[in-house]
Amino acid sequence: MAVVTYLEAIRQALSEEMQRDENVFLLGEDIGVYGGAFKVTEGLYEKFGSQRVIDTPISESAIVGAACGAAMMGMRPVAEIQFIDFISCAFDQLTNYAAKSRYRQGIGIPIVVRGPCGGGGRGGPFHSQNVESFFLNTPGLKMVEPATAYDAKGLLKAAIRDEDPVLYFEHKFLYRRIKEDIPDDDYIVPIGKAKVRREGRDISVITYGAMVHVALEAAEKLQHEGIDLEVVDLRSLLPYDKEAILNSVVKTSKVILLHEATRIGGYAGELAAVIAEEVFDCLDGPIVRVTAPDTPVPYSPPLEDFFLPNAEKLMKAARQLAAY
Amino acid sequence: MTETLSKQQYLDFYYYMRMTRSLEERLTILFRQNKVIGGLYRSLGQEATAVGSAFALRDGDFISPLIRDMGAMLVKGVKPQELFKQYMAKDGEGTSHGRDLNIHIADMKRGYVGPISQLGDMVPVMAGIALAGKMQGKNIVTMVYLGDGASSTGAFHEGVNFAAVLKLPMITIIENNGYAFSTPTENQCLVKDFAVKAKGYGIPGEIVDGNDVIAVYQATCRAVDRARAGEGASIIEAKTFRMLGHAQHDNQSYVPKEVLDVWHEKDPIKNYQEFLKNNNLADDASLKEMDEKILAYLEEEADIADRAPFPQPESSLEGVYF
Ligand SMILES: Cc1ncc(C[n+]2csc(CCOP(=O)(O)OP(=O)(O)O)c2C)c(N)n1
Repeated sequence: MAVVTYLEAIRQALSEEMQRDENVFLLGEDIGVYGGAFKVTEGLYEKFGSQRVIDTPISESAIVGAACGAAMMGMRPVAEIQFIDFISCAFDQLTNYAAKSRYRQGIGIPIVVRGPCGGGGRGGPFHSQNVESFFLNTPGLKMVEPATAYDAKGLLKAAIRDEDPVLYFEHKFLYRRIKEDIPDDDYIVPIGKAKVRREGRDISVITYGAMVHVALEAAEKLQHEGIDLEVVDLRSLLPYDKEAILNSVVKTSKVILLHEATRIGGYAGELAAVIAEEVFDCLDGPIVRVTAPDTPVPYSPPLEDFFLPNAEKLMKAARQLAAY
Repeated sequence: MTETLSKQQYLDFYYYMRMTRSLEERLTILFRQNKVIGGLYRSLGQEATAVGSAFALRDGDFISPLIRDMGAMLVKGVKPQELFKQYMAKDGEGTSHGRDLNIHIADMKRGYVGPISQLGDMVPVMAGIALAGKMQGKNIVTMVYLGDGASSTGAFHEGVNFAAVLKLPMITIIENNGYAFSTPTENQCLVKDFAVKAKGYGIPGEIVDGNDVIAVYQATCRAVDRARAGEGASIIEAKTFRMLGHAQHDNQSYVPKEVLDVWHEKDPIKNYQEFLKNNNLADDASLKEMDEKILAYLEEEADIADRAPFPQPESSLEGVYF
């Protein structure tokens, strides 16, 4: 066991998987000699060499497309997108090539496409986005977003070993802000399994990524007001753990869906539909969403702070729902 | 074309290069004071490319600058206080009202179109502006700036080819500054001269010393003349060097010191001062006077920005739609 940051946990997963399986290799911009824009891959070029840690031109479409091709040949590519916002440049390769290959030609594409997502860093509209909804409507893709260092390592290993394309979102706000004791040895966190981070009686907060920490903070504070939140960390967005979600909602009878991404067409909408379809009778109040508003991510601190969901906004929504 | 330059034009080149450098130096101080928010990218050593090329345009023409092209924006009429406010995430006329950052600001009247961060994406957009100009009989020229790295994108290829085929008056300036973040140009593209890419599109490509403001101006004038004469798109490769890291957080330890030393000798401003003095266009005293005037002006402009308000939180909800 050793205390590592979320970022170091990601690096450990990459390093251990490369050690374990010689077919695992990395490709992306500035990931080799420089060690990545956020230094996630630091030291891996020295350890595994330029054949397995490949610095590429600024060509996201080629990075993802080439990863697909290599995967078809038995390799296990892990592509880094410098900021996940730039995944838009590889949209076609992901949604039309990678996602549909197994279905239409019986060939799996075991790639991982990872990159930093999320706001809070004053990065403005193109370095702060949460892009899961762009891909939610694409059968064939998987998506995960860890909230802890433990999960960051375990989910990445699971993603690399998965037989299908996995988008791995790492919240850049968490990179160096959270750390924990995690096992040095091999373990995985299975894709598709949520985790209850905090047990509670009154309201289920279903969330993922950096918002898990927001939910836990709100839960601590609300405890003093006699409102007991249960916090469910989805970890996997596609496929998602329907059972865990429904179990929690049935238990508390009230639910808040919390995410950092914007509202319309956001992930919460899908969850709300499933909850309404399957356990409507158990609900004692409306299904509530706490999300960012429907604007691009603004840059200026007062604007970004206004934009991002936080503990106060969640607490306000929870108080209203508790009183319902 | 040098003959046709007036003394004032020669001095204007200097004024805008110096303004660019001093403005960025002021921004660096503000960055260290945590007043510039987010990243800070500098164009140190590349000022001649931005300034010389923009001077070849006239009112009604459009540029799309990148992070190393603040000088081109200044030539196009952006005010230092607007840039200061923009970099400090403040509100005010001529800014993005805190919504977007650094040179991501646009003014269709003054003729600069703010880029998005996704590199290469402005090439098709500037082709479209050129296309509309042609359809509207405006005889305008558009100029899109990008780095050696950005020329590896699909959007660059599609945009340049589109402009070439449709004979659009669009000039693509590839600022070859040796590195794209940490990636040296040889890992970006196997041709040594990016201007060669023009051949593949069937358009003219010219290499120019990007640190020589007059050479850049003249090369751009040639491309502009062709574009206005209806002869279509071209590419200019400006050979220059990025004298600082990608942004403030990057000390560019990956760049060999010898390379930096060589380029240090090619500093566009220092060498242009010599040129001005050798041609009796300026002397030490007049240059000093100009430098001081610029610094004083920037000081006032930075003060205005410092006192400017941040945008109101709720204002972030406006402006998504008409
Ligand atoms: C499509 C895309 N991929 C990656 C990035 C991240 N990024 C920003 S600047 C940069 C390097 C750009 O290099 P170059 O185009 O040569 O311009 P320079 O910075 O050298 O002026 C990178 C990789 C981006 N902005 N857009």
